[in-house]
Amino acid sequence: MTQILIVAEHDGATLNPATAKCVTCARALPEPSITIAVFAKDATAVATQAAALAGVARVLKVENPANAEPLAAVIAPQLATLGANFTHILGPSTTFGKDLMPRVAALLGCAQVSNIMAVVDAAHFRRPTYAGNAIVTVASEAAAKLVGTVRTASFEAAGAGGSASIEEAKLNVALPTHTRFVSRAAAKADRPDLQSATRVISGGRALGSAENFKILYQLADELGAAVGASRAAVDAGYAANDMQVGQTGKIIAPELYIAIGISGAIQHLTGIKDARTIVAINKDAEAPIFEIADFGLVGDLFQIVPELQRLVAASRAGQS
Amino acid sequence: MKRILVGIKRVVDANVRIRVNSDGSGIVTDGVKMAINPFDEIALEEALRIKERGAAEEVVVASIGVSEAQQQLRTALAMGADRALHVRSDTPVEPLIAARVFLKLIAREEPFLVILGKQAIDDDNSQTGPMLAALWNRPQATFASKIELAEGVARVTREVDTGLETIEVDLPAVVTTDLRLNEPRYVKLPDIMKAKKKPLDTLTLSELGVEARAQLKAVRFEAPSQRQKGVLVKDTAELVGELRKRGVI
Repeated sequence: MTQILIVAEHDGATLNPATAKCVTCARALPEPSITIAVFAKDATAVATQAAALAGVARVLKVENPANAEPLAAVIAPQLATLGANFTHILGPSTTFGKDLMPRVAALLGCAQVSNIMAVVDAAHFRRPTYAGNAIVTVASEAAAKLVGTVRTASFEAAGAGGSASIEEAKLNVALPTHTRFVSRAAAKADRPDLQSATRVISGGRALGSAENFKILYQLADELGAAVGASRAAVDAGYAANDMQVGQTGKIIAPELYIAIGISGAIQHLTGIKDARTIVAINKDAEAPIFEIADFGLVGDLFQIVPELQRLVAASRAGQS
Repeated sequence: MKRILVGIKRVVDANVRIRVNSDGSGIVTDGVKMAINPFDEIALEEALRIKERGAAEEVVVASIGVSEAQQQLRTALAMGADRALHVRSDTPVEPLIAARVFLKLIAREEPFLVILGKQAIDDDNSQTGPMLAALWNRPQATFASKIELAEGVARVTREVDTGLETIEVDLPAVVTTDLRLNEPRYVKLPDIMKAKKKPLDTLTLSELGVEARAQLKAVRFEAPSQRQKGVLVKDTAELVGELRKRGVI
């Protein structure tokens, strides 16, 4: 049996889909026995959702007012303590997991495998390096305890149908007070979440302004899509930081990705190459984005995007 | 002295086209341009700005790596760092080893702030900052897009998946940088000359008492599977038709 502990990512009420993807990764390990830990002030709702994931044996609620916000410095010593009886401790490769898991690994004195894209066996994993331009297979020492972050774009979310037991874990761990949550400026939640959306439309620097980005939102609303951006567009202030797609932003795998006015720097392409279908719209026929796009359209985006929106609307109304 | 310690990693330049070598033991590095990891450049720029506004007195840069890493340290000195520490290692060190080295440097230098890049663009591990904070038993503020210092505390805005989050940490602390923290300055020629005279000390892992034993081994490197190049469509009507055929809209 491989004893695996997964840390749940959540917002206090809802389990983040990244956790279900970690479960799928964990199920690829030999004879997996999967436990999910929920750190929260009140963990009941999230624990119930975690217990319903197929393949999960046990959910541990670790309730503490100090766990109200996901502060790595506070959660890490608790997760490291819980992790004593597990060989594999996994979290998602989101900003939550990237912040937390290395701190846990260091407390346990063990190595971390970041961005696991495939499980070979209990000690061998494949992961991307150099912005996805080289895939490396890493081996850990036999039977060594290991921390990992899971590249969520590489795994489907585990389905429902589980009925794990839910237990309370009481931990006697001194928690630091040197790190305090102040505030969160959350993105507007009236659109699908970029990381779990089935369709994503992204804009690049060619949009020219934050104002012009609105034409993407209109098309996105028509398609029920999330909106992303290239680093150049975020740096230029046309789009918010949480919209950045690529090596140092979000790695996504939607069914449909439409890149608009994005030339396709290698760092951007690494964030989208797991998309099922890629569409590129760009006025430069030589743009590298066309090298990986399933469908390319060369032309003026300010003409194409509104036209596309009209056609999609008509098509959805069954008039095309 | 109020000191900031900054980590610098020598990496393959971000604009180089990466190729896996023929025996799968790594990537082609012969004749390839090397540079300071871009996130570390941002870390150094932030430290220099903090010093320039009088909130720090000295900026020390440190790099773990081959002897050529001194080139990147000289560039960092030319940007404005006061001193450099080169911890010589002929093989790449794992993040946990790097964190142990920095912990030793912290004991020597006693910084009130350590700034590192959020990730290196070669191994894309994104581990060293939080590992160092854990070993040091101090706060961490990762993915920083804004750092405000006050007496004994730092207020840091972080780029997280849901937007921006602000936390307050007691000092000393470890901060890791995100892209929007600042735009690093360009090095001027006279500063390159001046940098040659700035102190650069060389140390070894054994002098610091850190064992270099790796826990992970890279077994094999492979090129990623390539997507097939698709087709160009002539207009939006054809595009919508193709997407409907695929059932994605």
